[in-house]
Amino acid sequence: MDQFAVKVFVRLRPSVLDPAGEATKSASIKLGAEGIKSLRIGKMIEVQIEGNGENEVREKIDLLCDRLFANTVIEDYEYSLEKL
Amino acid sequence: MDNFTVGVVVFPGSNCDRDVSWALEGCLDIKTKYLWHESSDLSDVDAIVLPGGFSYGDYLRCGAIARFSTLINALDEFVKSGKRVLGICNGFQILTESGFLPGALVANKNLNFICDDVELDIVSSKGGWFNNVDEKQTIKLPIAHGEGRYHCDSDTLKKLVDNELIALRYKNNPNGSSFDIAGITNEKGNVLGLMPHPERACDEIIGGTDGLFTLKSLITK
Repeated sequence: MDQFAVKVFVRLRPSVLDPAGEATKSASIKLGAEGIKSLRIGKMIEVQIEGNGENEVREKIDLLCDRLFANTVIEDYEYSLEKL
Repeated sequence: MDNFTVGVVVFPGSNCDRDVSWALEGCLDIKTKYLWHESSDLSDVDAIVLPGGFSYGDYLRCGAIARFSTLINALDEFVKSGKRVLGICNGFQILTESGFLPGALVANKNLNFICDDVELDIVSSKGGWFNNVDEKQTIKLPIAHGEGRYHCDSDTLKKLVDNELIALRYKNNPNGSSFDIAGITNEKGNVLGLMPHPERACDEIIGGTDGLFTLKSLITK
């Protein structure tokens, strides 16, 4: 079995308003940071997983992302995968 | 309908289950039965309420973990059989996460947890969940939520409008919901999800009775 470290990024779709991101942007500006055009908050999920080769692991991660980690009505996801 | 029994689902973190049961039993004399989320036997209940609260601590997203519970898996057949399912607040979030209703519920526009009474327009009579055959097209119900902003894409919204699936709209949108949506039904009309709490408006002594009709309508005609 191969071991993989996977990092999944879940983001609100661009069309979905992110009020937490807006509030953080406003605080960033109050802190004195200049030039912030956009600030949006997502999630990062780290998974360690084993499987027979990268393709099998990708299938599992695709299922997890699509059914559990992200709600595709409001969120997009992408992930990076590293063999350990 | 003496034996008509409404199942009230209890998830870890549900907190309106007892209110719903109180409203049904105490105000309407309708029998209830608590259904633990690990139960898959729905044969002895005639309708189901998914109550409000914070199922599984709202981890990941509101309703996201509840979707994979044994009970929600069994709900598909129950819904297909035409029996009635009412999802209130967190129950509405669970119904959208599990695909029984379209769209999603996300953080309120102003990020506040809103606890208030709201005026609602009854938009559709689909499923007979609301009393809009007479003059009373507006009702007042309490809301209490942090993630109640209804969101869907424009195709879904068009479908909701065209098929008269929008049940309730806020008169003064409190949370930024698309099209002021507060509650929707499925196409068949036997599933209703709404953010306001009808079970908290079932007795004059607590401020109103506009929620009675919806709970009463769990009993199939």
